[in-house]
Formats: sequence, C-alpha cells, structure tokens
Amino acid sequence: MGLNRRTLLHAALLLIALAVPLTGNIYYTRFATQIAIYGMAALSVDLLLGFAGLVTFGQAAFFGVGAYAAGMLSVAGWTDAFIVWPAAVAVTMVCALVIGALALRTAGFQFIMVTLAFAQMIYYIGQSLRDYGGDNGFALPGRNHLDGLLTLRNHVTFYYVVLALLVLVLVVALRLVHSQFGMVIRGGRDNERRLAAIGFPPYRYKLVAFVIAGGIAGLAGALMANHASFVSPAIMSWQMSGELLAMVILGSPGTLIGPIFGAAIYLLFEQILSDYTEHWMLYFGPLLVVRVLFIREGLWGFLVRAFGAQEAPQAPPDLAGDAIPAASGSEGGGGR
Amino acid sequence: MTWSLLIEQSFNGLQLGLMLFLMAVGVTLVFGIMRVINLAHGSMFMIGGYALVATFAATRSYWLAVPLALVAVLIVAAILEILVLRPLYKRELLDQVLATFGLTLFFNELVVVIWGRIPLNLTIPAFLDGHVEIFPGIAYPVYRLAITAVAVVVGVMLFWLITRTRLGALIRAGSDKREIVEALGVNIGLLYTLIFGLGAALAGLAGMMTGPLLSIESGMGDPILILTLVVIVIGGVGSVRGALVGGLLVGLFDTFSRVLIPQFFGVGAGSALVGMAVYVLMAIVLVFSRTGLFAAHRG
Amino acid sequence: MSAALIEAVHLCKSFGALRATDDVSLTVERGEVHALIGPNGAGKTTLIGQLTGELKPDSGRIRFAGRDITALATADRARLGLARSFQITSIFNSFTAEGNVALAVQATDRHSFKLWHPAQRLERLRRPARQFLRELGLGARGAVIASGMSHGEHRQLELAMALATRPTLLLLDEPMAGLGSEESQAMMALLARLKGHYTMLLIEHDMDAVFSLADRISVLVAGRIIASGSAEEIRAHPEVRSAYLGEEDIGELDAQG
Repeated sequence: MGLNRRTLLHAALLLIALAVPLTGNIYYTRFATQIAIYGMAALSVDLLLGFAGLVTFGQAAFFGVGAYAAGMLSVAGWTDAFIVWPAAVAVTMVCALVIGALALRTAGFQFIMVTLAFAQMIYYIGQSLRDYGGDNGFALPGRNHLDGLLTLRNHVTFYYVVLALLVLVLVVALRLVHSQFGMVIRGGRDNERRLAAIGFPPYRYKLVAFVIAGGIAGLAGALMANHASFVSPAIMSWQMSGELLAMVILGSPGTLIGPIFGAAIYLLFEQILSDYTEHWMLYFGPLLVVRVLFIREGLWGFLVRAFGAQEAPQAPPDLAGDAIPAASGSEGGGGR
Repeated sequence: MTWSLLIEQSFNGLQLGLMLFLMAVGVTLVFGIMRVINLAHGSMFMIGGYALVATFAATRSYWLAVPLALVAVLIVAAILEILVLRPLYKRELLDQVLATFGLTLFFNELVVVIWGRIPLNLTIPAFLDGHVEIFPGIAYPVYRLAITAVAVVVGVMLFWLITRTRLGALIRAGSDKREIVEALGVNIGLLYTLIFGLGAALAGLAGMMTGPLLSIESGMGDPILILTLVVIVIGGVGSVRGALVGGLLVGLFDTFSRVLIPQFFGVGAGSALVGMAVYVLMAIVLVFSRTGLFAAHRG
Repeated sequence: MSAALIEAVHLCKSFGALRATDDVSLTVERGEVHALIGPNGAGKTTLIGQLTGELKPDSGRIRFAGRDITALATADRARLGLARSFQITSIFNSFTAEGNVALAVQATDRHSFKLWHPAQRLERLRRPARQFLRELGLGARGAVIASGMSHGEHRQLELAMALATRPTLLLLDEPMAGLGSEESQAMMALLARLKGHYTMLLIEHDMDAVFSLADRISVLVAGRIIASGSAEEIRAHPEVRSAYLGEEDIGELDAQG
C-alpha cells in the first residue's frame, strides 16, 4: 500500500481512536465505545445502501435481534463472549435470510416499506416478551467475558475489544466490496437489468449481501447489549432504523468509514445539545433535511477533500470507479 | 365468537379500515403522481389531532374547531410542500426517505415543545356520546358510527372528485402522463400542491376523528403511518382503489386478529402474534403479487 | 441435430387489447446472421423481451439449442450462451470501461460468491477484458469511467460486453442506433468480422447494414411476421414493400440491386 495522504489520514484516525482512553476520562472512553458500536451498525446499512443500492428502513431490527440474543443468552447463564457473540450473529443472519428472502422480491419504494414493516414486526415481538421486561427491557447480569483471555468489566478493555472488532469488520467489508462478489453487487446497483443480461441472477447476490449486513448489525447489537448491560425494544424501533440511515448520509454513503463519522455526529449532537435543551431532536431533524437538500457531501467526503486525500491508496483506478472512501463526486450518486 | 362480538368487531374493523383508507390515499397519490415517498404523513395525522385540541380550546365548539383545525393542517402542509417536498420531486428515493424522516423527528419534538409530553385528551362531543342499538341487543358507540359515516362520505366525495371532475382527470393523467398534463398548460406546481394538501387534509381529518379514541401525544402518527404503508404494499402503489381494498383488508384483519388470536393462543404468545398478524398478511400478498393487488404502474 | 439455434414457436403476447406479439414463429439457424426488421411499434422490443426472458409470453414456446427455455430466467439464458446488447445503452455507469467488460467476463465463472480477493488484481478477468476492448476499438479507453464516454463508445462497449460472455447467440438490438455515418461504417465492419463466428439476430433500421450483413431477413409488422427469407426475396416481396418500405426506400433498394 503506497504511503499517500489517504493512508496517513486513516492512520491518524486510528491513532486518535487508540488514544482516547489515555485521556484518563472514563466518560470519553464510554462515549467512544458507543460511537464505535453505532458506527458498526451504520456501516452495515452503508454496505446495503452505498454499494447494493438497497435502501433499508429495517436494519435496527437486526441490531435489536443481536442485542436480544446476547442478552437472553447472558441471562440464561451463557457468559462466554466466544459463544454468545457468534451465536447472536448467527441468529441475526437467520432472521436476515428469512426477511431478505421476502423483501428482496420487491424493489425501491416497496422494498423500503417492506423492510420497515418487518422491522416493526420484530419490534412488536420484542415488546411482547413479558419474561424479558416487555416494553421496558431487561438488564444483563454483567458483561460477557472472553473466556480464557479477558474479562470485559473494565471499560477501557471493552473499548479496545470493540475497536478491534470494528477495524476487523471494516477490513472484511472493504475486501467484500472490492471482491468479485462486490463487483456483482455494485454492478447491480448501477444496472440490475444489465447484470441479469450478462448472466448474474440478481436476487441471489442481493440476498447474500443482505444476510452479511444483517450479521454485522447483529454483532453491533451484541456489543451494545454488553456496553449498556441492558436491552430494550427501543433499539429496534423504526426511528432507530431511520437514525442509522441518517448516520450514513451525514457521514458519507458508499464509503464504509463515513458512517462511523455519521454515528459520531449523531451522538455528539445528542450529547452537546442535551446540555442546553432536552429538545435536541428539534434541531437534528432539520439538520438531516438540510443535509439532504442542500449539502453535497457527508463529513467523511468533506474531510477527504479538505486533506487533499482524494487519491486512493491503490495505483490504477478501481474497476468499479472511484475506490473507497469515495472522493466527492461519486457521492452515493452512481447510476440510478 | 358470539354474534354480537362478530358484529361489533366488524364495525370496528370497518372503521379502522376506512381511517387507513383516508391515510393511504394521501401517500399513494403523492407517490403515484409526484413520485415522492412521504414519511411525514404520520405527522399530518398527529398535527390534525393537536390542531383540533388547540382550536377546540379556543372556540369551545366542534362546528368551528374542526374546520379551523383542517385549515391549520392545510397551512402546515402547504408550507411543507413548498419548502421541503418541491426540491424532493427530482431526487432519488433515499433523499426523500431521509428528508421526510427528518421532518417526522422535527414534528414529534415540536409538539412536545408546544404542548408538553403528557398525552392530551379530546372529548367526544356530547351529542355523539353514548351508544345506540344497531341490532337488537347489540349496542355500539355512536361516535364510532359517526366517524365511519364521515369516512364513507369523504370516500364518496373522493370518488366523485377523481372520476367526475377536471381536477380528478388531471390527477389520473398526472400519474401516467406528466408531460401531457404540462403540455395542456396546467400549472403543475399548483396541481402538486393541491394534491399534497388534499392528502394531508385527509390525514389530519383521520387524526381528528380518531383523536378521542386514542390519546393525543407525540409520535401518535407513527404506528398509523406504518400500517398505512402496509396498506399500500398490499393495495398497490398509486391506486386509490388499492388504498380502499387494502385499507379494509388490513383494518378487518388487524381488528379480528386482536380478538381471535388471544382466544386461541392465550394471552402471552397471543400478544406477540397479534402484532405480527398484519405483516404476515402483507408477506402472503407479496408472495402472490410483488406489486400489490392493484398496482397502477410498476414501481 | 437441428440447425436452429434459437426458435420462437407460436409466440403470443398481449397488453390489454393490444396484440404486441401475434403468433410469431421465428427460427435463427446456427452460424447465420438473421435480421429482424419492421416499422416502429411493430413489436420488436416485445419480441426481444420474450426471447431474453424479461417478458413472459402469453402462449408459445422458445427453444435454444434444442432446449425449451420458455420458463428460464434472463440470467440463466445468458449463461446458456444467449447474449444481448441493448438498444438504449445499458451499462454499468460508475464502472470503468474495463470494469464493465471485466464484469461480463466474470459472469462466465460458475459463480461469483468469492468474497475476499480483490477483483482488481485478477488478470484472468482483466486481460480478456482489455482484449475485447481492443477488438472493439476501445483499447485506449479502459480506465475511463463509463458515464464519461461518448455515445458511439457506449455502443462499442455494449457489444464488447455481449462478446465477453462468450455466447453462441448474439441478440443485437439496434447496435447502430444514434451513430454518425463514420461510426456506423466502423460498426458495420465490426459486425462483418463477427459474422460466421457467432450466430446473430440483428434488429436494425439501417438498411445498408441489414442487406449487407444478413443471410436471412424476417419482417415484423403489427406483431406478425409477414415475410421471412433471403434478401432478394424480401426486397421483392409485395407486402413488405407496401407495408414497410416507403417509396424512397424502395428506390434505394432497387438501386442496391
């Protein structure tokens, strides 16, 4: 990988992320953990939105299923993260398979509504779980631990584990979108008709992407359950799905790193404005509207331009156009 | 299931179905003609409810309050259409979803700022209070009958509007042949504002009528919006007929499942399945027809 | 066995009261260039749609290399060797030219559920892609993003992608649409080079191309095939002359003699 501005930018970000706990302020560490977890969930949305062209309004359902799975297993006595977290991901992927198999039969407007509806269904199921607090949710007996390695009670340790997983997910996602599979998915986003005409059955590929994205959201959910030691249906609400979409667009869609910035924006907004008013949504809503109507790019796209880091690390241009993170111009626009 | 329960629930289902129809018309027309998905429609429902609370508090008369509240909803809708919806007509689906979602967040918070978090109550007008015997031995709330009647009247008026007036012809033409409508010299911008306003007024009316049965609170339009979207998936995008059939299907299905499922499955598992019932219906319809029952045009 | 590569047998398709495809039977033989001509609105697009699997016929069958493909999805037909180019350019706009063709090459793999290795680095995909681009005159334009290419280059790219899937049948929907005279000549020369190597079903309005390239011609008018035969037979056919070829065209035809 060539040493160019983009790589330096990535390195700088990683260093900042690693350095957060060194401030000694546990509050910052916990806040950064939250950003990482929501960032991972938002990344899963970007995988579908920015690359497969699938606008899903139901990803919070998978976030929630992962959280509930981890929570329920923990309450049942399973506390080894090496067992609980993969189990949560597996359960989520099965859900994504079932929902995706039905939802992907539709497209566009309908797809949005169908994903929204199914997510709502899961939300109602969560609310109806009397044994797990119903609408109020339930608490976990404590964090999972990495059996044989680490307990995760320490917030700093937990943060580094979450950060490591985020980086891992990022690497996997980046490889995915550049792989042959990724090319098919991105081609389908541009022109599904053409994709079928050359011999790729679009449905199959979209379904696999949907399931993978679901799994990532499920992992984020399991981590969330551990972070808060608490799970409630609120994280499966359709508002949360919308907020995940908002994070992607605020951060820069189609970049995978952008959504993490979007998560930071969202959480910072909430934190900072909450000091002045409880009605911070009164400002966040219009912010979203303004971003959509008037601002051309998200935060990550802006940063990349500001640091002059448009050139991607690899020398020849990617077969599928601008490499990620995208420079401004291929901003979620692509072909329609 | 006794006769009286069956009849009572049928009326309830019909009423819910007609409310959903009123909501769905707005969304389906706006999407069918202007190609915009408007998630803030649920907010129109909510604003209708709050507006009526405000106008009733000011005038103490339903005969004044309802029309005034409708005007308020129309004003809000017109402002919204000009400021936010217009730029969205040319944009892609994602932008529309996000912008209108942002509006929903805004409105949900705005009503809290103005009226606080405590749910408000709309009282049923005195002359509509009480029960009436619709069949021997079966008493049914007068109010529910009244709003059902209003919804039917509105439905008939809509039907007349769409099939018998010039505006209606433009609406039908606009959904297929935008260029022709423009070529006829019609002010497309004004037409769109009118259509949007009509949809919003219907939603606001639904909110006002349902208000006394629910409580007026922030976010009250959200579950209604989602049910409305299910109606449109089932009924087909852009189709008013689909909105009616879909609305009635969902209304009846939802109402009866809430009564029957706990009877068969017990209260515990029952409550989860009740929430799911409508979505299972949607899934079944999708398996048979991926564009819904009466799709006006593809996607 | 049969010399026919693709056969439409009594295809019918109606949209409401409109009979877009009215009992069409058509045979394209292996190795031939078969042109399908007809006035606008004759139903060529609908017919192509049924052959490629995008539209379902109301009745009738379609056979490809002896196999009934009527129920087969578009992608499956492509994998059997049926390649298509679109009348209105249909490419992957955000991909580079090389990326477009490489994806078509990739389609010949058994499957693309390969999630890790960067496609970027696969010479086994890129080398053939560059080869096809060169053959079609786009050798220097590999790294250009497709949306930034000219219309003429788009038509070339369409053809390159169709060829890259290593088909047996090329279904070309107005490959010369919108091309200037120089570009048309180049495209015609290209198609002439392909003749004999691929079976082709060519839909075209450009009579030069049709009469110089086609072995056989079928004429579609109002959803029905009114004539099918060699170039001479079609030229002389009275129904064709009256229904389709205007006075000037007839003069042109006779001049081509």
